[in-house]
Amino acid sequence: MMPLSIMLILTLGGLLAWAAARFSAASARWIALAATVAGFAWSLVFWLRHSAYLPTDASPWLLELKAPWIARYGISFHLALDGMSLILIILTLFLGVLSVLTSWREITSRVGFFHFNLLWILAGIIGVFSAMDLFLFYFFWEMMLIPMYFLISIWGHENRVYAAVKFFIFTQASGLLMLASILSLYWWHGNLTGDFTFSYFAMLGTDLPPQTARWIMLGFFVAFAVKLPMVPFHTWLPDAHTEAPTAGSVILAGLLLKTGGYGLMRFVLPLFPDASREFAPLAMTLGVIGIIYGAVLALAQTDLKRLVAYTSVSHLGFVLLGVYSFTALGWHGSMMQMICHGISTGALFILVGGLYERIHTRDLRKMGGIWTLAPRMGAAAMIFAMASLGLPGMGNFVSEILVLAGSYRNSPWLTAVAALGLVLATVYSLHIVQKAFHGKTATFDHPLTDLHVREIVVMGVLTVVILWLGIFPRPVIRLVNPAVMSIQSIYPEGTAGVSVHTPGGPLS
Amino acid sequence: MADLLWLVPALPLFGFLILAPLSRRIPRSVVSVIGPGVVFLSALTLTGIAASFISLPETSRSIHQTLWSWISIGAFTPSFGFHLDALSLVMCLVVTWVGFLIHLYSVAYMADDTAFARFFAYMNLFVCAMLILLLGDNLLMLFLGWEGVGLCSYLLIGFWYADPENGAAARKAFIVTRIGDTAMTIGVLYLFTHFQTLDIQQLLARAASTWTPGAFGAVFAASMLLGGALGKSAQLPLQTWLPDAMAGPTPVSALIHAATMVTAGVYLIARTHTIFELAPDVMVAVALIGLLTMLYSGFSAMVQYDIKRVLAYSTISQIGFMFLALGVGAFSAAIFHFMTHAIFKALLFLGAGAVILSLHHEQNIFRMGGLRRELPVTFWTFLIGGAALAGFPLITAGFYSKEMILTAVYGAPRAGMLLWIGALIAAFMTAMYVTRLILIVFFGTARGPHPHAPSWPIQVTLVVLAFFALTAGFFETPPLLGGVTFFSHFTSTALPAAHHPHLSHAADLLLLGAAVFAALAGIVAGYLVFGRREPVVDPKTSLPQWSGIERFFLGGWGFDTLYAATITRPYVFLADLNRRDILDMIYTILAAGVRGLHRMTSVLQTGQLRWYTAFVTMGAVVLLAWVVLP
Repeated sequence: MMPLSIMLILTLGGLLAWAAARFSAASARWIALAATVAGFAWSLVFWLRHSAYLPTDASPWLLELKAPWIARYGISFHLALDGMSLILIILTLFLGVLSVLTSWREITSRVGFFHFNLLWILAGIIGVFSAMDLFLFYFFWEMMLIPMYFLISIWGHENRVYAAVKFFIFTQASGLLMLASILSLYWWHGNLTGDFTFSYFAMLGTDLPPQTARWIMLGFFVAFAVKLPMVPFHTWLPDAHTEAPTAGSVILAGLLLKTGGYGLMRFVLPLFPDASREFAPLAMTLGVIGIIYGAVLALAQTDLKRLVAYTSVSHLGFVLLGVYSFTALGWHGSMMQMICHGISTGALFILVGGLYERIHTRDLRKMGGIWTLAPRMGAAAMIFAMASLGLPGMGNFVSEILVLAGSYRNSPWLTAVAALGLVLATVYSLHIVQKAFHGKTATFDHPLTDLHVREIVVMGVLTVVILWLGIFPRPVIRLVNPAVMSIQSIYPEGTAGVSVHTPGGPLS
Repeated sequence: MADLLWLVPALPLFGFLILAPLSRRIPRSVVSVIGPGVVFLSALTLTGIAASFISLPETSRSIHQTLWSWISIGAFTPSFGFHLDALSLVMCLVVTWVGFLIHLYSVAYMADDTAFARFFAYMNLFVCAMLILLLGDNLLMLFLGWEGVGLCSYLLIGFWYADPENGAAARKAFIVTRIGDTAMTIGVLYLFTHFQTLDIQQLLARAASTWTPGAFGAVFAASMLLGGALGKSAQLPLQTWLPDAMAGPTPVSALIHAATMVTAGVYLIARTHTIFELAPDVMVAVALIGLLTMLYSGFSAMVQYDIKRVLAYSTISQIGFMFLALGVGAFSAAIFHFMTHAIFKALLFLGAGAVILSLHHEQNIFRMGGLRRELPVTFWTFLIGGAALAGFPLITAGFYSKEMILTAVYGAPRAGMLLWIGALIAAFMTAMYVTRLILIVFFGTARGPHPHAPSWPIQVTLVVLAFFALTAGFFETPPLLGGVTFFSHFTSTALPAAHHPHLSHAADLLLLGAAVFAALAGIVAGYLVFGRREPVVDPKTSLPQWSGIERFFLGGWGFDTLYAATITRPYVFLADLNRRDILDMIYTILAAGVRGLHRMTSVLQTGQLRWYTAFVTMGAVVLLAWVVLP
C-alpha cells in the first residue's frame, strides 16, 4: 500500500531524525535524506510499474485502501490513488529530497526538529493528495499546516513570526470554512440518503438544493483559493515565502499551493457540478486578474525572494483559469502547470537561497554582474527565468499553452488578457536576470563562490526535468488522463452554461 | 537521404550541448572546429537532402518526418515533426550556408573574446532554433523555433552583459517581439479552436475549404499572425528594437538581425499564405506597412553615424520590401529577395565588422574615411554588397530581386500604381544612403586611426559572399533580360504564383527602366549630396551638427520616446506605486480593527469590584427597560 507506507516512512523517519540529532546533526540529515529518497524511489517504481497498464475507460483508480476508523460517524481511513494523486505525490517526494539537500548547510540550529517538521509536512501533503474520506482529508489538511508554521517561525528570516502567524491565520480561517462545508455536506447527504458518511465516493452525485450547493461549494472554494492563492486572498504568500527558510519556500510554492489546485479538481468540480459551472466566469476572471496582478507586483519588488513569490501568484492564476475552463485541455494544462511551477519556482527559490547563503542579502539593488563571478549559477538562473516566462521547450510552456487553448473556446477575451500575462512574465523574468546576474559586477561583503557539486547536481536534475516536461510531457499526460476523463464524465456535453470540449480520439 | 532531415537541426543543437556546459573547459582550437563544424555538417546534410528533393516529381515535392508526438490531448496533437518543401528548403539552405560562413568569420572576429565558447554555443543554438522554425510541420513547432530564435537573439544582443546598455537592448528586443508573439499566440489558439488541428498543411487546407475571401475568421487569424510577424521582422510599429539590437557582436547582427531571424515574419506569412489570401484587406495592410516601413527607415538611415545602425535601418527597409511583395501576393518574389538580401546584407555587416575590428572597435563613420587604400579586399567586397543593396543594374543580385518585386507591385490588383511609386522612391533612397555610407567610410581623407588588415577567414568569407552577391540574382531575370524563371518555378510547388499581368513590351521596358533609373539616380544623388566635400563634424565628438528634422530621423522618429511615455513609464510607475500591495490593506485594517476591539474590551477588565457591580447593574437596568417598556 504505497501512500500509507511512504507516510509511515516519513513520519517515523521524522521522529528518528529528531531523536538522532541529539547525537549528531549529520545523522539527522542523512536519515531525512534516506527517508525522502526511499519514498521518492518507491513512488517512481510504482509509476513505472503501472505505466504499462494504466486504466483506460473503466476506472481511473490505481489503488485503494479502506479501513474503518470512527465507524459511528461514518469516518473511515480511506486512501486511493489515481494519476492526478500519483503525479502530485511523486512531485512531493521529489521536492522533498531537494528540500533536504538544500537545507544541508543552511540549517544549523535544532537540526533534528527541523527535519522532523519537514518530513511531517511531506507526510501531511501525501495524505491530502490521497485521502478519499473528507474527514481524513481535513485531518491531513491540518497536519501539514502546523509543522509548516514551525518551519517558518523558527528557521525563517528577520520577519518570520509575523509571516508565520499570518500564514497560520489565513489557512486556519479558510480551513474552518471548509470544515463547516464538510460537516454540512455530511448532514445533507445523511439526511437525503440516510447514509451518514464522510466518504468522497458516496458523496459524489449528492443531489443538493442549488442554493445549498452554492454555499457549501463556496466554503471549499475559499479554502482552496487561499492556498492556491487567488487574488485577493494571496497576501499571506509573499510574506510566508520570503520569510521561510529555503526548504520552506520550496515546499510552500512547490507543494502547499498545489493542494489548492488539487482540491478544486478533486472536490469542488466533482461534488458541485452545477454550482461550479455557475461560478466559472467569476473564477476565471479572478484567475486572469491573478495572472496580471501577480506579474505587475513581481516587477516592483526589490527583494529577490519576494519577487519570486509574487510570480507564483501569477503562475497559479493559470491553474484557476484552466480548472474553470471545463475542458480536458484546460484541466491537463492546470495539472501540468502545478507540476512545472513546482519545479521551476522550486529551482528559483533554491537559487535565491544559495545566493543569500553567500552574500547575505536578497536586495536586488545590491546585486549585479553575478554571472562573471558565478557563471554556473548565472546559467541556472537563466534557464529557470526562461521557464518562468514560458519559453517553448520548457514544461511551463506546455502547461500554459494547454490552459490557454482550453479556455479560448469559451472565453476568448479572458484568454487574450491571460496571454498578455506572458509579456509581463517576460518583463519580470528578464528583470531578475538583468539586475542580479548581468550588468556591472557589484561589490559584495562576502566572497561569492559558484555552485558546488551538490548544488550542480540539484540544478542539473531540475533542468533535465523541466526540459523533459517541455519536450516529452506525454508520460505525465497519459498518467493524468484517466482522472481528467472522469471529471469530464461528470460534465456531460450539452448542459447549460459552459460547453465541454470532448477529445476527438483516444489518447495514444 | 531524406531520413536524415532531423540531423539538420540536430547537429547545431549537438554543438550547443557540447559547448554550453563545458564552455570553460574546451580549448579555443576545439571550439573553433566544433562551432562552425556542426553548422557545416548541417549545411552539407541539407544539400544532400536537397539533391534528392529535386529528383522528386513536382507534384509531390515535400519530405515529411515525425520524430515523436509532443502533446496528445483530443485534437491537440502537435508532434516533433518536420515538413520540407520548396519554401523551407530555400530558406534552410540560406540559413545553413550563410550561417556557416558567418560562424567561420566569427572564429577570427571573436578570437580575443574571453567567452569564445559561450558565443559559439549561443550561435549554434540559434541555427538549430531557426531551422526548427522553418521546418516545423505544426504551429506549435514553428512557435518553438520562433521563441528559440528570440531567446538566442536576446542572449547574443546582451552577449557583453557587463554593460547595462547591452542588457537593456537585449531585453527590449525580447519584450517587443513578445508583444507581437502574444498576438500570434491568440491567432494560433483561434485557428486551433476553429479547425481542431495544429498541422499547418491541414490547417491551410481546412481554411481554404471553409472560409470565403474576406471571411471574419480569415481576417482575424491573418491579423493576429501578422502581429507576430511585425514584431519579429521589425516592421512598423514594432520596429524599435532592431537598431538597438546592434549592441550585439557584429557577426550576430549579420546572422540574426539581418540575414535570418528578422525574416521569420516573412516566412510566417509565406507559410500561411492561404489564410492571408483569404483576407484581402489584411494583404493590403501588409503591403502598406511594408511601404511605410521602407520610407520610415530610408529617412532614418540617411542620417545615422554608427555604421551598424545604417545597416540596421537598411535591414528594416529591405524587409519592408519583402512585406510589400507579400502584400501584393508575390510570395516567391519576397522569398527571392530574402535570399539575395541574406547574402548581400550578411556581406555588408561582415564587411562593417572587418572595418570595425581593424579600427579597434570604432563604429562612428566620421572617424573612418579613406579606407579603400588600406583595406582593399574589404572595400571591394563592401562595394559589391552596397551595390547589391542599392540595386545596381544588371550585375548585382539585389537588382534582380528588387526588379521582380517592383514588377509584381506594378501589376497588383489594388493600389498597385501608388505602391509602385512609393517603392521606387524607397529604392531611390536606399541607393542614396548606401552611396553616402561608402563615400564617408572608404573615400575622402582618413579621419581615424591606422587600420590593420583583417585575417584570412574574414577575407575569404567576404570574397565568397561577394561572389554570390553578384551572381545569386541570375536565377530569376526580367523578360527583357533573358526571362529566366528558375526561382519562381522552383518555389511554385509551395507558393502560389504571382498575378502576372500580361504586359506590353513597352510596359516591360518602362518597368525595367524605372528600376534602373531609381538605383542610378539614387547613387548620383548620394554623390552630389554627400560626396563632393568632406563631412563637417565637431572635432571632439566627430559628430555632425544635426538640424531638428535630422535629429528626429536620427532617433527613429520619436517612437522610443512615445512608447516610453505611454507604455513603459506608466507601467513601471504603477507597479512601483503598488509595491506594497494595496490588497494587503484589507487584512491590515481587519487586524487593526480586531486589535482595537481587543484594547477596548481589555480596558473594561479593571479588576475593581465596584466597576463590575456598576456594569452589572447598568446591564440589568437596560435589559429590564427593554423587556418592560413597549
